[in-house]
Parts: sequence; structure tokens; C-alpha cells
Amino acid sequence: MNGIHDMGGMQDMGPIQYEKNEPMFHAPWESRVFAMFIAAGAWGRWNLDAFRHTREVLPPADYLRVSYYEQWLSGLLDLLVRRGLLSAAEMATGVPAPGAGCKEGHTAADR
Amino acid sequence: MKALESLLVEKGLVDRNALDALVDTYENKIGLRNGARVVARAWVDPAYKARLFADATSAIAELGYSSKQGDRMLVVANTPKVHNVIVCTLCSCYPWPVLGLPPVWYKSAPYRSRVVIDPRGVLGEFGLELADDVEVRVWDSTAELRYLVLPERPAGTEDLNEEPLAALVTRDAMVGVAKVAPPEAGGKP
Repeated sequence: MNGIHDMGGMQDMGPIQYEKNEPMFHAPWESRVFAMFIAAGAWGRWNLDAFRHTREVLPPADYLRVSYYEQWLSGLLDLLVRRGLLSAAEMATGVPAPGAGCKEGHTAADR
Repeated sequence: MKALESLLVEKGLVDRNALDALVDTYENKIGLRNGARVVARAWVDPAYKARLFADATSAIAELGYSSKQGDRMLVVANTPKVHNVIVCTLCSCYPWPVLGLPPVWYKSAPYRSRVVIDPRGVLGEFGLELADDVEVRVWDSTAELRYLVLPERPAGTEDLNEEPLAALVTRDAMVGVAKVAPPEAGGKP
């Protein structure tokens, strides 16, 4: 599938922006998105390819403009709802539906 | 962001302590020092080096490094006549267990697009000039197979043992956009 993500060989993308002593994360929210993604991924509702696909279907202009962890966040939100871990109503209100708790001794992230 | 985290925690989908532990792991525990130890071991132990080439995944796991994003590994060795460099043109595949999470430039459009058509030019931007008779091999990582470059052991390190050798090895050298500098040149991570 050809698309903006298939970047090998494209021209005119400009010089490489190298950052010396780069931190692992550039802001606390990046590390939270990363951790939420890995922890929620432990439920096994999606694989790496499904996640990558959420980035590949971004409109090309967004793909180029949006930062890496912003892409992770939009992918995470998308997968949480589409793969049934959160309902659209829960996402809209920020409150779990009554009786919707998944706690059964431990969460998938403990595994 | 906080609202999403609270929702996931309240619903029991993730545990807040587990999130903290994940951040701590990737900020402080998993990183290029792991890869540097693999490289130093390969430099001092020919039998380990042979195992690393035969089955990198298992040889790396011998040192205790295996986790997400490194399910299958292949180690490619630099020599005076061959220089290897890794990229993920399609996304951001990177050997997490040995190098940690990738730097922004590795995930950026300029690096991903250009290193496969103009590797010498890109390496030049990193300050690495290769002689014309050195063959450059560019390895495009995938979700199933990730690469680690085994850099050349620098001159003047014959007397060093594993630990000080590992301290010389940088992330950039294991990606292939730099060489490992000899100790007198201030080779430092």
C-alpha cells in the first residue's frame, strides 16, 4: 500500500534535525501516552500492525505535521473504542459505564 | 491526557503503578547501555560473537535483554570495507531491548526518506565521511525483524576489558550513523 508513510526514497524532506543528549521523552504527557499504550495493549485487542495502520491512515498533511506521540495518542483513542475497551459514551464523558469495571483481581498491565 | 488516564484506571483497564513502572523502565533501565554491553561482549569474546551472528535474538537474551519490539534481531557487523546503517522507512521500528526508544531524528521524514537513496550524504550530515571504497549497506527494519550494528572496535583499546569498552559505545554507532571513537578522542556516550 503506497502512502505518505512509505517514505523510503522520497526527496526534499530537508536536513536531519539532530538533538544532542536527547531525552527519552520530551514532555511528561509523551511518557504517559507511551505507558498507556503499552499497558492497554496487554489486553491483546490489537497487534503492532493494527497500531501502525492507525498512523498510516492519517491524512498525509497530518502525518507530516503531527508529532510522533500525538500520532500514538490518536491511534490509542481510535483502538480503545474500535476494539471495544471503551465505549464512545465513556470516551465522551470520561466516566466508566456502571458495572463496566474490568478489575478481576489484577489488570492486564500487571502481567 | 489526565482524563484519559483516569478513565482507563477507573475502569480497571490499566494500573497507575504499572504506568509509572513502564515510564521508569524506559527512561532509566532499558536503553543503549544494554546494546553497548552486547557490543563489548562481542568484541572480547569470539564465541559470543559467533553466537550473535548465528542467532542474535538468543545471544542478546543471554545477557538478559528481551522484551517488546525485539522479537527477532539480526546483528550486522561493520568492517574496514563494509559500513552498515539501520532505518525504518515505513514507521519507527527499532530494537527497543538493546537501544531503548528511538530518537526523534530516527523517526523523522528526512532520515527515513533519504538514508536509503543517499546514505553517504546522510552519514555526512552526522559527521561521518566514508572512503569511496567502503561499501554502505542500509537495512530497513520491520515489525518482525530489527537490526543492530556491531561497530568496529576502535584502535588503542586492546588493553581494555568489557566494562570500559562498553562505555565507549554510543547509540549512534549501533544505529550506524557514527563510529566508536577511540578513548583518547574522548569517545563517550
